[in-house]
Amino acid sequence: MVLTPAPTIESFYKFCAERKLMGVKCNRCKKITVPPRSVCPHCGAYELMWTELPGRGKLVAYTVIHFAPAQFQALAPYPIGIVELAEGARLPGMIRNVKFEDLKIGMELQADFETSTSSEWPQWPRYFFRQP
Amino acid sequence: MRKSVMAKPLASIVSAGVTKFGAREGVYARELFVEAAQEAFDACPNLSPQRDIDGLFVGMMSESYEHQAHVAPMIADWLGILPVPAFRTEAACASSGVAMRCALYAIQSGMHEVVLVGGVEKMTNLRTAAVTEVLGMASDYPFEQWHGISFPGIFALMATAHMAKYGTTEEQLAKVAVKNHQNGTLNPKAHFQKRITVDDVLSSRVVAWPLKLYDCSPISDGASCIVMTAPKLARKFTNSPVHIVASVQAQDTIGLYERDDVTSMNVTRIAARKAYEMAGVRAEQIDVAEVHDCFTIAEIMAYEDLGFCSQGQGGTLVDDGITSLGGKKPVNTSGGLKAKGHPVGATGTAQACEIYLQLTSQAGKRQVDGAEIGLTQNVGGSASTGVVQLYRRGD
Repeated sequence: MVLTPAPTIESFYKFCAERKLMGVKCNRCKKITVPPRSVCPHCGAYELMWTELPGRGKLVAYTVIHFAPAQFQALAPYPIGIVELAEGARLPGMIRNVKFEDLKIGMELQADFETSTSSEWPQWPRYFFRQP
Repeated sequence: MRKSVMAKPLASIVSAGVTKFGAREGVYARELFVEAAQEAFDACPNLSPQRDIDGLFVGMMSESYEHQAHVAPMIADWLGILPVPAFRTEAACASSGVAMRCALYAIQSGMHEVVLVGGVEKMTNLRTAAVTEVLGMASDYPFEQWHGISFPGIFALMATAHMAKYGTTEEQLAKVAVKNHQNGTLNPKAHFQKRITVDDVLSSRVVAWPLKLYDCSPISDGASCIVMTAPKLARKFTNSPVHIVASVQAQDTIGLYERDDVTSMNVTRIAARKAYEMAGVRAEQIDVAEVHDCFTIAEIMAYEDLGFCSQGQGGTLVDDGITSLGGKKPVNTSGGLKAKGHPVGATGTAQACEIYLQLTSQAGKRQVDGAEIGLTQNVGGSASTGVVQLYRRGD
């Protein structure tokens, strides 16, 4: 099956520039995978279709990065989390506008998109998470 | 014999060498490797490296530290064993654990009989921020590194999930560091030779909450190696070989986020289960273990995934002193990655070196009395690679 655009990481981030969180749904096992890829990691099928996700989910793990990689040092300390989306797939990302003491595993979060970053490849616009 | 292990050896270790770990100024990685090899050769007078060694396996993670790729022939050259075939493996922090497995394939195939297996990393050439970047390359670039997740951050995510699910505390994490530093004071090769307290850990600078500076293994230089032979040849080189009786490797996703459960390392669980089966050994029979404590939470998860306790109970093992030297199940007698140091590529074979010393009663002040069966657990990246190996004292 040939998907347009191709189910690549580049396509995923180009969709982010359009404020869309896109995954792929397997026609065989019906599971949703984010980020997209051409082989279903659950059942190995090649029958995947694009699907837009609402981006709602729950926090399953978090940390606050104090000692940051060079390009993030101006932001530190900042919280990072892994969010399990309602559709079952998990994504990691920065958590914005939540006080550190309010971070709690199980809390509801919503994916949102940066507008400030250039959308020129490979300067991908990032998604992030905020309270709904 | 107190214990009987039925499995036939896959290969035998007849000698081992480790450099002093730490900030080693004025030497190149190749020179560190030769220093480790020289120690192994000096301890094995029946071995003639140039005549006997027919293969070299080297684990090293990164070319960034010395601007040097193609390190396998370079090390063979510096060892004076050209033109034997030389291989370099890269599996992040499990690079030399995987090198050992490649060496086992070589010996099991019958194409090689006596090989040198080791690992090296010369990390302190770069500043701390740059080293952090290099280590971070072991995580997923477009979804982890791109979103500002540092490498300690990956293990901090595991820690908060473990704390929320099982009630593991920052104090329990700290006690892992305290125990391993205590062991480090008994190992002259260890990077750190100083005791620390729980308060020292808790009051150290936050790196990625809940992990503080003393929850993290240090940036170290060092090399380690073992001489591995076909089991039938072991007696030619030593009267006290150590046999490798199981060796299992497993892989998981490159991104931590892709996994259903981040409170446990799938690769360790799978590899341990298969290794116990392969050797006919139960977790309770392990006398001494070296586990991959790159961060304190990783040692607690290792206890659980290796079956030393049930899931979620890892913190209580360190509370009760069970994994201390003198406890029922001593873990990381060398000081572990935490205190012995973690020159990434050297770590897998350095763990094997410690088990070799323990099972041949050469571990000095940190000797576990009567140790017969040992285990190593080596992890790469966020546990995208896991290697578990079992060893027994030669009869």
